[in-house]
Amino acid sequence: MIHFVLLISRQGKVRLTKWYSPYSQKERSKVIRELSGIVLNRGPKLCNFVEWRGHRVVYRRYAGLYFCMCIDEADNELEVLDIIHHFVEILDRYFGSVCELDLIFNFHKAYYILDEVLIAGEFQESSKRTIIRLLSTHDSMVEMAKEEATSIGNMIAQVTK
Amino acid sequence: MDSLFQRSLDDIIKGLRHQQAGESAFVSKVLEEVRREIKSTDSHTKSTALQKLTYLHSICFVDMSWAAFHAIECISYPNFTHKKVGYLAISQSFQESTPVILLISNQLRKDLKSNVEVEVSLALECLSRIGNLDLCRDLTPEVFTLMASSRIPVRKKAIGVVLRLFGKYPDAVRVCFKRLVESLESSDSPPIVSAVIGVFCELASKDPKAYLPLAPEFYKILVDSRNNWVLIKVLKIFTKLAPLEPRLAKKIVEPICELMSKTGAKSLMFECIRTILTSLAEHESAVKLAAGRINELLIDEDPNLRYLGLHALAIVAPKHIWAVLENKEFVIKSLSDPDPNIKLESLRLVMEMVSESNVVEICRVLVNYATKSEPEFCNVILGSILSTCSNNVYEIIVDFDWYVSLLGEMSRIQHCQKGEEIENQLIDIGMRVQDVRPELVRVGRDLLMDPALLGNPFLHRILSAAAWLCGEYVEFIRNPVELMESLLQPRTSLLPPSVRAVYLESAFKALVFCLHSYLKSAHGENGEASGTTLIQENHITPDSVLHLLNLIDMAVGPLSGSYDVEIQERARNILGFTELIKPVLSDSLHPQDERHKQQVEASKMVRLLHDTFSDELGPVSMSAQGRVPVPDGLVLHENLADLEAVCGSSLPASSATISFEGSHNVEGATSIFISDQKEESEPSSESTSLLAEHRKRHGLYYLPSEKNTEHHEANNDYPPANELKSGVTVSNDAQDLAKLAEQSFLPKRKSKQVKARPVVVKLDEGDVLPISSKIPQAKDDSLSEAVRDVLLGNKAAADSVIRKKGKEKLNAKEQEDDLDHMDSQSGTVQNPVKERSKRSSRKQNADEGDHGGDKGKQKRRHRHGKHRTREGVQNPPANVISQTPVPDLLL
Repeated sequence: MIHFVLLISRQGKVRLTKWYSPYSQKERSKVIRELSGIVLNRGPKLCNFVEWRGHRVVYRRYAGLYFCMCIDEADNELEVLDIIHHFVEILDRYFGSVCELDLIFNFHKAYYILDEVLIAGEFQESSKRTIIRLLSTHDSMVEMAKEEATSIGNMIAQVTK
Repeated sequence: MDSLFQRSLDDIIKGLRHQQAGESAFVSKVLEEVRREIKSTDSHTKSTALQKLTYLHSICFVDMSWAAFHAIECISYPNFTHKKVGYLAISQSFQESTPVILLISNQLRKDLKSNVEVEVSLALECLSRIGNLDLCRDLTPEVFTLMASSRIPVRKKAIGVVLRLFGKYPDAVRVCFKRLVESLESSDSPPIVSAVIGVFCELASKDPKAYLPLAPEFYKILVDSRNNWVLIKVLKIFTKLAPLEPRLAKKIVEPICELMSKTGAKSLMFECIRTILTSLAEHESAVKLAAGRINELLIDEDPNLRYLGLHALAIVAPKHIWAVLENKEFVIKSLSDPDPNIKLESLRLVMEMVSESNVVEICRVLVNYATKSEPEFCNVILGSILSTCSNNVYEIIVDFDWYVSLLGEMSRIQHCQKGEEIENQLIDIGMRVQDVRPELVRVGRDLLMDPALLGNPFLHRILSAAAWLCGEYVEFIRNPVELMESLLQPRTSLLPPSVRAVYLESAFKALVFCLHSYLKSAHGENGEASGTTLIQENHITPDSVLHLLNLIDMAVGPLSGSYDVEIQERARNILGFTELIKPVLSDSLHPQDERHKQQVEASKMVRLLHDTFSDELGPVSMSAQGRVPVPDGLVLHENLADLEAVCGSSLPASSATISFEGSHNVEGATSIFISDQKEESEPSSESTSLLAEHRKRHGLYYLPSEKNTEHHEANNDYPPANELKSGVTVSNDAQDLAKLAEQSFLPKRKSKQVKARPVVVKLDEGDVLPISSKIPQAKDDSLSEAVRDVLLGNKAAADSVIRKKGKEKLNAKEQEDDLDHMDSQSGTVQNPVKERSKRSSRKQNADEGDHGGDKGKQKRRHRHGKHRTREGVQNPPANVISQTPVPDLLL
């Protein structure tokens, strides 16, 4: 199973964290400090796996962003690399040639997309089309909710409450 | 009004990005705003504040546990945007211990039953993240319903959540397991199968045995599925199941081999390789095929594949070392790979290849390699050499002279930080292997002589061992005077006090030895033949004795005022002894007629001390203490609490009588000193005889050593390992390594051994610390028990759960129906498995013949487990449950 997902920029800034195993707040920042130290310092032509505290961390760099996933010793490293790539492709399709800024300003969307790819630390959906479809339903729900909230009638109801 | 002036999330993000230095000030200002805004009654203001807080929490690790209640409020808002913000906050920040977590239960239930698919998804995702025992117990019925949902994404997520339910609340198995098994067969929708297999893969990794009855289902997926994600998971499940059931292994080996050769996906291919190497290692042909694929991985451009190839070799090494030997050149070349991970992996493999016949060459190459590596990897290499060579009491070492000089050489490597390990091994070998002591002393002496080594703190432990060895086995030293000089050299002030104390004690031993030899020769006592030859070699002249005494005055004198008690005490011992010996010796140093009488006195004193020091120390078994019989009348478990009060007053008085070293006035102490020494020599002889007795009883005899006399010639046969050419470049090194690979990694052993292996003293049982056995996890047990119950259709258990459920007033009618349905079927849960397996067993009747009638009978009995009593076999019902029935498909 995947224990956590980290997105770290080349400068060491955290862009996204998702924890599937229990880590306290203190442990989380320690893990990130330790791992960004290891992963960011690795050269470009080395393998994408790091042994770390009895687990294995699989990472891959896309432009200035490192995508890291921590897995068990027995898990398949190449499969996790595929999962990372799958996630990036969906991000790319959703945002239209995704860049770091998209993830920074739409951090909640990035989480939602990740939740469609993984659940409980397990891979759940291999079809990009399905995920994109789910995301657009999701977005239209958000739009509807926004319209409702800003409609005149609703505003009056709010004020006169 | 609040919302009009509220900063949005975008404002915060932009603000953070524009902060160069004062980021933390900005964050705390935003936090202040958030704390105010989040109390607002307006849902929009509140959720925006919560969203900002969540952002800061996940990016800057700001504490947001205080906002837990506000998050719960947000998910109860009807507006989807607000609800979504609340769910994100909860799944990011809630822990199992969050106090308000139970308040979420009702809202989650409401959303799980919602008609809006996206809301259900949010709730499921949240449950999979934060579910604890209570939440999982309360919401199991809802998840159970969703597992049959017609909406595929919801169904898939519900299946994913099941893993959390089972982990936290094992009784959920009794409710959901059947539906989970049924989902395995929904071959029409791949996402569902993928999700279910993922769940089973995790479950099977914890307790594979319970899932053996599902093997036919998994087998079907293995053969039919074309989805790589699914196949990888299925292979993982079989990796766990195959070792439990040899017939299953036989069955799956062929499809896996086929998959391995057909697939284009490297991830799937690697999983096939790993499955074969881990669980099907007995099937030679399959392993050969896998080894072929490993070769492909090793020569690939991609470092990932090379790393995994080495990793695969490491898996296969214990059972099929030939697969590693086939690739030995690549393995050794990888030691100079730029990637540290690949280097480590190949080092592990090299160590796997080490055997009695090639240990010398491999170690020489590795040490050579270590001197050129960066510090970290250098120490990894040294560490693995040390642990491999010392494994099982130096099992693979034949030539200890070589090994000891290798240890000496390793100590001199610039980055060596393995001082403690080398120290332990030097002393351990000194005690265990009598024949190697001359070489040990030579190595130790070389280390002690070098003043440069004293400045390296990592070497202090090794120097301590060298000093101890040279003192303890001083009789092998060719020039003890030189040893004394190096033990007392001025730079020893760089040593930590504990090591310096060892130096002093060794100097004392060496001094006694020198005086003893001198007096013997001066006497003209031609006692033992070996004694005289040693003395002649030692060149101890009256001048050198004088020189030694002066040296001690000069070097040890100042230490009698040291702040460290160990150093002070030992320094005073030496000084006291020289004070005693000086007057009697000084006469004998100038030839006079009446010297004889005094010399006798002096030699008597020296001999006493010499005898004390020359008692041999042996290794002590870890369990030695336990073997000492408890004397009569001694109560070991007595409460000693009241002793403290007594000790407080009496200890100082008693300590004065115990330690004679405590007397600082040397002249006054003379007589006491001598008498004490005499007394001490008696018990020591007594202990010697006890030791001899002990050895006789346990058969701990050293073989007569023929090597002592001829060890000089022996040395010529084996050039010491440290005579390596130092100017070799790294590229040469790789060539060397490759050449070595050809020479020494041949699987057949070279049988020409010039020297026989010396005796290594082993203790009967106490050499290895007992390894504490693993404590089984209670939770997993209860989970697998539940799975077993369901799979074997333990009706009573299922009933009891349902009754319990009834008490909890499940008012949803749908639930009740489902559960009733379960109830009526729970007795025959394994039916789908059984029926199909019966069908297929008929097909495979031909196969059955191969396994002999005996097994067949046994299996038939399994199949008719329920009629067992009718057949007259009387087994307690508990047994029926504990046995895992093996599906007949496998026959």
